[in-house]
Amino acid sequence: MKTLIIAEQRDGTLKKPTKELVHAFSQAGHEVHVLLTGEGVQSLSETIGNYGAHTIHTAEASELKLYTAEATTRATLALVETIQPDAIVASHTPTGRDFMPQVAMKLGAGLASDCHQVTLSSDSITARRPVYAGKASAEVEFVGNGPQCYTIRANSFGNPSEGTSSAKQETLNVDLSGLKTKATSNESGNSGRPDVTEASVVISGGRSLKSAENFEILEKLADLLGGGVGASRAAVDAGFRPHRDQVGQTGKVVSPSLYIACGISGAIQHLAGMRTSKTIVAINTDPDAPIFQIADYGIVGDLFEVVPLLTEEVKKIK
Amino acid sequence: MNIYVCIKQVPDTETKIKLNSDQTWIDTSGIKWIVSPYDEFAIEEGLKVKAQFPESKVTIVSAGPDRVVDAIRTGLAMGADTGLHIELPETADHFITAQAISKALQKEEKVDLLFCGKEAIDDGAAQTAQLIAAAMDIPALTVILEAQYTENSVQVKREVEGGTIEVLESSLPAVIAAQKGLNEPRYASLPNIMKAKKKEVKKVSLADLGMSESDQKVKLKNFELPAPKAAGRKLDGTPAEMAAELVKILHEEVKVI
Repeated sequence: MKTLIIAEQRDGTLKKPTKELVHAFSQAGHEVHVLLTGEGVQSLSETIGNYGAHTIHTAEASELKLYTAEATTRATLALVETIQPDAIVASHTPTGRDFMPQVAMKLGAGLASDCHQVTLSSDSITARRPVYAGKASAEVEFVGNGPQCYTIRANSFGNPSEGTSSAKQETLNVDLSGLKTKATSNESGNSGRPDVTEASVVISGGRSLKSAENFEILEKLADLLGGGVGASRAAVDAGFRPHRDQVGQTGKVVSPSLYIACGISGAIQHLAGMRTSKTIVAINTDPDAPIFQIADYGIVGDLFEVVPLLTEEVKKIK
Repeated sequence: MNIYVCIKQVPDTETKIKLNSDQTWIDTSGIKWIVSPYDEFAIEEGLKVKAQFPESKVTIVSAGPDRVVDAIRTGLAMGADTGLHIELPETADHFITAQAISKALQKEEKVDLLFCGKEAIDDGAAQTAQLIAAAMDIPALTVILEAQYTENSVQVKREVEGGTIEVLESSLPAVIAAQKGLNEPRYASLPNIMKAKKKEVKKVSLADLGMSESDQKVKLKNFELPAPKAAGRKLDGTPAEMAAELVKILHEEVKVI
């Protein structure tokens, strides 16, 4: 199967979900073509090759330096016309979910978005996606013409490993005249921590953290593990964390390898946002809190006591 | 300006989802329906732009079964002028929904601005706003936290991962998909709820638009509820003992740290 993966980079750094996709589809035996867009990003195309890509098509232009959906869509459509892929795949990140629907509509093709259970063989892709924020899931069947388009949630495949590249390098020229949108600047979020949707470890806190400052004890543990810090809606509504950290049905849906819920009772809306995490740990003073029903490991205890102890224990193994 | 706000009616977040008997869709009986929360920011933004450009008209658009007229009335009660209901089956995919909306709007007055929520909280696909924009060949600006409008352009701040903000400029017409924080949605007053009942809600069918259900591109099948999880393991001992044991398990057995 010929599969086109749209690479994602920010400030010249290749995003981890892109490595994951290139590695997983190459391993499954797809002929993986990758589109890389930006300005001065040639070195990243070498890295992409190390994850198993067949061909990397690089489009460089000043209009592609900062991401816009419009320019990325144009580049994707230009490449699709040349290589005629069977499937087009991007990560379900703020970037992938922004431009992929526009690509699909322009091609008259269907799009399966936010797929979180994906089974690959050399000639097929089977994808399930959550519905009702993970309270149920369904398989996506393509019934129309056109290439199959997918956006796939980060951490849906195992950790990608780097090998040696045997990839072909191509240059893609894209007509970028008459664009209607222009990216003028980026303001950095500056937390230095990965986003909860991309992190492989997420440490989340609830209202029982009692203040914004107290989240520092979760941040210390998260930073040791290279993880992200999430929050329940109650903690966000109390002003302890920004909405962008909220995990749940009206926040972000996450699937990390490890999710540690600290002082979160486990409202149905919160469970919907994190139940696909591979390993779930709950720390709560209330032994009857619903979060324990989906936790793989539970500690009945005070997070203010337990989390710093965990941090000390993790330091010992690092 | 001609302002359109596309909204979706979704099950209340408290809803416990059940499947229908042949597992081809969810069981919709007994569900309490609400306007998807991000769409409330879209409605408010439409009304704010109307306040800035007083000659404007705000139309609430929703596609779906007859029940979605209630959602349209919610928007009208907040202050929108008129409604447009596009009749679509429950199971319509995003492609057909966006095409129907785009075709229905082509029959209306010129579109200057079209607002949506950044995603609906039922399927969380985050597709429809961008699909509509592509079908209408106008820009889509998604996950918008801040927007400043002139007669023919808009400058926006878009939230991406890690709290990074992308600043963009676009010509109008454009589709804007609202993120929480764009504004503070107003509550409908009782007199306005009464007035909303008398406002016009136009009805359009797929056939009126020269479309049919077979134009769909994807179908959902094999619905499943999450498998019940085996009981987890509660650790015992002093807090220090439990912490040590947990880290040992995560490091040596599960190998996630």
